[in-house]
Amino acid sequence: MNINRRKFLKASGATVAGGVLLPSFLHSCQTTPLAENVMAYLEHFEVNMEILEKVVSTALSKGGDYADLYFEHKLFNSLGLEDGKVNRAYSNIDYGVGIRVLKGDQTGFAYSETITPEAMLKAARTAANIASGTKNIPAAELNEAIPPDYYAIDKSWEDVRVKDKIPHVQKLNDKIFSLDERVSKVNVFMTDETSYVMFYNSEGTFTYDYRPMTSLGAVCVMEKDGQLENSYSARSFRKGFEFLNEELVNEIAKEAVDRTAILFDATKPKAGEMPVVMGAGGSGILLHEAIGHTFEADFNRKGTSIFADKMGKHVAENFVNIIDDGTLPGNRGSINMDDEGIPSEKTYLVKDGILNSYIHDRISAKHYNVSPTGNGRRESFRHVPLPRMRATYMETGPHTKDDIISNVKNGIYVDNFSNGEVKIGAGDFTFFVKSGYLIENGKLTQPIKDINIIGNGPQALADITMCAQDYLIDNGTWTCGKSGQSVPVTCGLPTVLVKKLTVGGTNA
Amino acid sequence: MTKEEKYTLAKWAMQHALDNGASQASVTIAESKSSNVDVREKKIDTLKEAIQRSMTIRLFVDNKYSVQRTNRINKEELARFIEQGIEATKYLAEDEFRTLPDPELYFKGNGDDLKTLDSSYDNIEPETKVKLAFDAEKEALNKDERIISVTASYSDSMSSKIMVTSNGFEGDTQNSYFNISASVSVDGGDARPGDNWRESAVFFDKLKKDEVGNKALDRAIKKIGQEKIKSGKYSMIIENRSVGRIFYPLISALDGYNIQQQNSFLIDKLGEQVASKKLTLTDDPFIVGGRGSKLFDDEGLAAKKRVVFDKGVLGTYFIDTYYAKKLEMDPTTGDTSNLIFETGDKNLEGLIKEMNNGILVTGFNGGNTNGTTGDFSYGIDGFLVENGKIIKPVSEMNITGNMKDLWTSLAEVGNDPRPDSSWRTPSLLFKNVDFSGI
Repeated sequence: MNINRRKFLKASGATVAGGVLLPSFLHSCQTTPLAENVMAYLEHFEVNMEILEKVVSTALSKGGDYADLYFEHKLFNSLGLEDGKVNRAYSNIDYGVGIRVLKGDQTGFAYSETITPEAMLKAARTAANIASGTKNIPAAELNEAIPPDYYAIDKSWEDVRVKDKIPHVQKLNDKIFSLDERVSKVNVFMTDETSYVMFYNSEGTFTYDYRPMTSLGAVCVMEKDGQLENSYSARSFRKGFEFLNEELVNEIAKEAVDRTAILFDATKPKAGEMPVVMGAGGSGILLHEAIGHTFEADFNRKGTSIFADKMGKHVAENFVNIIDDGTLPGNRGSINMDDEGIPSEKTYLVKDGILNSYIHDRISAKHYNVSPTGNGRRESFRHVPLPRMRATYMETGPHTKDDIISNVKNGIYVDNFSNGEVKIGAGDFTFFVKSGYLIENGKLTQPIKDINIIGNGPQALADITMCAQDYLIDNGTWTCGKSGQSVPVTCGLPTVLVKKLTVGGTNA
Repeated sequence: MTKEEKYTLAKWAMQHALDNGASQASVTIAESKSSNVDVREKKIDTLKEAIQRSMTIRLFVDNKYSVQRTNRINKEELARFIEQGIEATKYLAEDEFRTLPDPELYFKGNGDDLKTLDSSYDNIEPETKVKLAFDAEKEALNKDERIISVTASYSDSMSSKIMVTSNGFEGDTQNSYFNISASVSVDGGDARPGDNWRESAVFFDKLKKDEVGNKALDRAIKKIGQEKIKSGKYSMIIENRSVGRIFYPLISALDGYNIQQQNSFLIDKLGEQVASKKLTLTDDPFIVGGRGSKLFDDEGLAAKKRVVFDKGVLGTYFIDTYYAKKLEMDPTTGDTSNLIFETGDKNLEGLIKEMNNGILVTGFNGGNTNGTTGDFSYGIDGFLVENGKIIKPVSEMNITGNMKDLWTSLAEVGNDPRPDSSWRTPSLLFKNVDFSGI
């Protein structure tokens, strides 16, 4: 098992705030055999196997049946441009270990920002309190589980100097101003993040992950005849410095300007129910809100989801295949392993119209007696894992985009969104449309803007009556919030027709 | 770490920054403790405990600016961290507006105690916390055959912060907060509606410890049979606990950053009538025991009581030092404290009677406001009101409009502000709101 994902080991001469904190031994380690990687991670967090075993044993001292340790070291940097200049920067270093104990469905959790044996043992004793019995340590054999790498990078952010990032941020601003003379304000942000994760549990699984993340985006304000409008465009990937290039800058600049310019002519549609054509790409928010959250197995385990008794049932047209995927190369939602040490995978939630799988973490997979799906994710070592989405999208269908639009007499076409939400039990979901078009007699006509759309999950899923072949993942800065935890995700969709949704708008 | 040790470390870090090229610096050390217990089915579902600490350093280097934060707090690492931060800052563009505040505006200390910390925080036994969560669960559990799930929680937190700046500010704050909440979901045929209730307080003794589970249950049961009704213009009451969703965009429009970056629908409106005469709002930092009470803000600026809206006339923006300079205005503060409405004389029931016909909104579902134009659209659920009485639950509907029109249409302010939060929102009655449904 020779792997080549230890590029961070080469990080020499720290170049951004934070980089300096890497232990110096890491800078000289150039080889990649597994044993050395394991050693490097152990040394990175200044622990050894003996200490890990002792902490796990303490965590289980009150009779818990499972324990895991999640070590994390995260280096985050951002640059901001305002009023024409890259004039602000922010860096953050976050470091610690989360210790979790499970007893059936019950969870005990504590964390420590200091990784010393004393601090870890104290946290382990706190987490142990979820159980109240006697020690029951299962025999475990060490199993080094190293999953495939879905986000190999060319150049680590730790090798990149601030001065090498700044020109790209500046170029995005300048490009936006050059595209349209109505542009009055531009805000640009650029972020990069490097996380080292090391995982060990009471089953003897030892694994680790190196997680890069980066984003570039701009808010654009334009002024026309005293009227102001604004919009936004961004891209985000698990990539290294190779992420930043002229093509990317041009793509974001054009999208930010196009999305803002259209708003001057846009109005609000008439309020009420109507057919909604969801354009390819960001419309995947429909899947995320209408279906994804309600498929999360914690809600179903507690019976609180509207999909709680629908497993194996026909929930959509036969051409509907919905996937939650953690394996797309470089994707913002991809994870090599989840935050419970389980390898990521491509999971069919709906297969040929039939509800095929929930989104599982370790607790729910055990509850339902199925294999985990690699969806146990957490915001950081400070949080407990929960079933969370990764990249959620729908496969192509039998229709074309033109067929779909020409099929609608009176409705709307939407393709640009800002946010959404769902009520898990009622099944009501919403998404906010930044812009789109009216469809009149099968043609796109008047632009529309700033309206909320609301529907009911199971109904909307059943109401997807047409699906095109133009499948597209949206690589924006999608972030999913649940129980106070944020995790990066993405979504995608081919053009689809939802027969009926309730559209915000005006009444005569 | 004791408070004195934090001050010593912060001053050392500040001096290290000044010695290595920073012209100005401020250093904050924040620490928090929290605990949380969730219970369901008469068992503890999740038990969590946490302590965290971090240092944030704002660096001003040759008119260039950056913020550096870390939770690795030992001197050797911090020294290199600060030096690296300063080196990185030098690559940024100069920004003439970026300085520490005018020291004249700093809080200088007056011995006041706004009582934002419950000093008994550490004395509350874990068993007590667990019992409170179980008590809340018990109020709902098995009380109705339609119940699918009851989750109850107890949580608390205590946070402290010390700050020093290189032009003379020193100050510290301490806050505590206690919560009990319950969520209930019920079998409503096709749907499984749910709702929750929460009680919060700055002091443990003042935390209301009963009627949490049963309120959550009552609210969930009342949602059974939700349906959407006909699109149209309706009068609308928003229940006090939900007002935040439409109040936030109004406050956000007063923020210095949004004003200067043209992301506000209230640019150049100081002194103008921008809302209904029913809207009188004060930002009052000096309420003893208030959730948002403070003697100084995040920059160290001395807190002041300010009238935000006086009978609908805009009285102030919230502008920090940086955006004040950019806007060529005087700084006020970058943060709100306790936002207090001038209340009317009716409770929610009274407002419902006064509205007579319309929709009572008790929850929001998604939606957003375009900060630049004030255009908004939000998903809602609640109840249809006819002839002053609640007729049936409604859901899967949107409200759509513009913030300027909405706040101008404010017709009545309830007498039921939420005392346990910093934004003390009462229930509000609006006229002529666009609803979309069937």
